[in-house]
Amino acid sequence: MRIVAEHLSYTYNPKSPFATRALDDVNLTIEEGEFFGIIGHTGSGKSTFVQHLNGLIRLPASKKRHPKPPKAKRGQPALPMPKLQVGEFDLASKKTDFRALRKRVGMVFQYPEYQLFAETVEDDVAYGLKNFAEKKLTPEETEAAVRAALEIVGLDYNQVAEMSPFDLSGGQKRRVAIAGVIVTRPEVLILDEPAAGLDPLGKQEVMALLHRLHREWCKTVIIVSHDMDEIAENCTRAAVFSEGRAVCCMPPKELFKRAEELIGLGLDVPLTAKLCAALKRRGIEVDCDFTVGDFVNKVIALKGGQA
Amino acid sequence: MNALELRNVKFSYGENAFAIENLNFAVKEGEFVAVLGHNGSGKSTLARLANGLLEADGGEIFVLGMPLEQKNLYEVRKNVGVVFQNPDNQAVASLVEDDVAFGAENVGLPREEIGARIDFALKAVGMEKERHATISRLSGGQKQRVAIAGVLALKPKIMILDESTAMLDPRGRREIIDVVLRLNKEEHITVILITHFMEEALLCGRAVVMNRGEIVMEGAPAEIFERHEELLTYNLALPRIGQICKGLREGGIAVEDTLDIEKLAEEIARCVS
Repeated sequence: MRIVAEHLSYTYNPKSPFATRALDDVNLTIEEGEFFGIIGHTGSGKSTFVQHLNGLIRLPASKKRHPKPPKAKRGQPALPMPKLQVGEFDLASKKTDFRALRKRVGMVFQYPEYQLFAETVEDDVAYGLKNFAEKKLTPEETEAAVRAALEIVGLDYNQVAEMSPFDLSGGQKRRVAIAGVIVTRPEVLILDEPAAGLDPLGKQEVMALLHRLHREWCKTVIIVSHDMDEIAENCTRAAVFSEGRAVCCMPPKELFKRAEELIGLGLDVPLTAKLCAALKRRGIEVDCDFTVGDFVNKVIALKGGQA
Repeated sequence: MNALELRNVKFSYGENAFAIENLNFAVKEGEFVAVLGHNGSGKSTLARLANGLLEADGGEIFVLGMPLEQKNLYEVRKNVGVVFQNPDNQAVASLVEDDVAFGAENVGLPREEIGARIDFALKAVGMEKERHATISRLSGGQKQRVAIAGVLALKPKIMILDESTAMLDPRGRREIIDVVLRLNKEEHITVILITHFMEEALLCGRAVVMNRGEIVMEGAPAEIFERHEELLTYNLALPRIGQICKGLREGGIAVEDTLDIEKLAEEIARCVS
């Protein structure tokens, strides 16, 4: 499913003293099959944006029969109608089947393990499956789906299915929570800070899991992250949010060449980008894609070229 | 004097559950110590033992020279403040001021003194302006600073931050670290910082690594991070810069292990030219 957002704007608590503009004319396209990154600091609008993608936040137009374009400020040209297309779903339309959309666009929130609630791992993972099912599932069908979901996230069904999710370790809980979302086989999987709060090894495991899901399970994976190294190592493209706008969107290889701009926006850059800058000041150009592996290879090649 | 000392401490969460067999750990007064270790290595258990939230099954714990026992539990807790991980579930009141006052009210301080303590604590964390704000409307970093202020209002000698920065964004993390560094320097509060972030550990005077409920490495943080192979055996991933050093050496570029970007750039420049 291709995602196309045009002129997307959103204000929390409109017409009140607490009104805050969270999105301001966002234009962004995410192609099917991408491993897409969204970066930006707190309050930049990135969470508000991803919550639009499965209709958790609805476009105002989708609630009205005869939607009108947003009002322009006095003396300024009229604003165009916001549009959001996710695959065949038009999220600006009142007729959209949001239930069908949510089944196909899975959302994993920050710290998803805090949302576990059922008595057993099996019940917890099956919850979304049962609620999204078009007809009542047989126990065998449910078990097969739960088994497959647990196995792809790296847990042994026979071992954990009957356990309480609260008796698992932190990393296992997070896997169960992810299994509970992917069990409906969504085509697009969105994760808000999937590796936050884990130790470095746990982070590596979660990222490896997301790549496995991307290969075998969900066509498109979108992650929101503060960790620039994570973006450089994993994403096909990344969008930078700042003050409610998507200020740029490109592959990490090009994005992190603009290190100074990012620092200007109050964002960090990957370690490799800092090293490239430090080497440049010493007259050495390293043209890498900002992953650790590529940086190391390019530096080694540099030595080989001179020897 | 030692601010905190654990001698041969034993603890278990129950049969077949995580257990500490024999933990020995001491922190001097005024020290700033980082505690590292993978998830489940016993770091949080250490924090909870130190202020009596958990009771040890054996061994001795001393706080400022006092043995930690049932009868002086409240005295100990006044001196050992703990800030936890989640900014959203530590507040007990809805307004900043009320939340900071909560601990001080509970130990029965006179009204004027509570007012003075709130002033002091909010100033120390740089939140005077938000005194009358609603906590739920603050950012994560601000919420954690309110939690720190609540602890500070009791004027503790020791502060333990149990991954208090883990759920914050880079800016919020910086805010918290700046505050505790200042408290350590200006108010001479002993700080024990439990963290996964190498950058934070590097700011501490000393670092220890925990594994299976024991202290397995100890020393200056930079020194510990340079012992790459050893860190790997304790299930701690190499910091990224360590991975780069290792990769370069394997490719025949003899750089020295370092954690400093400029120094590594210097090393690379020396080796390739």
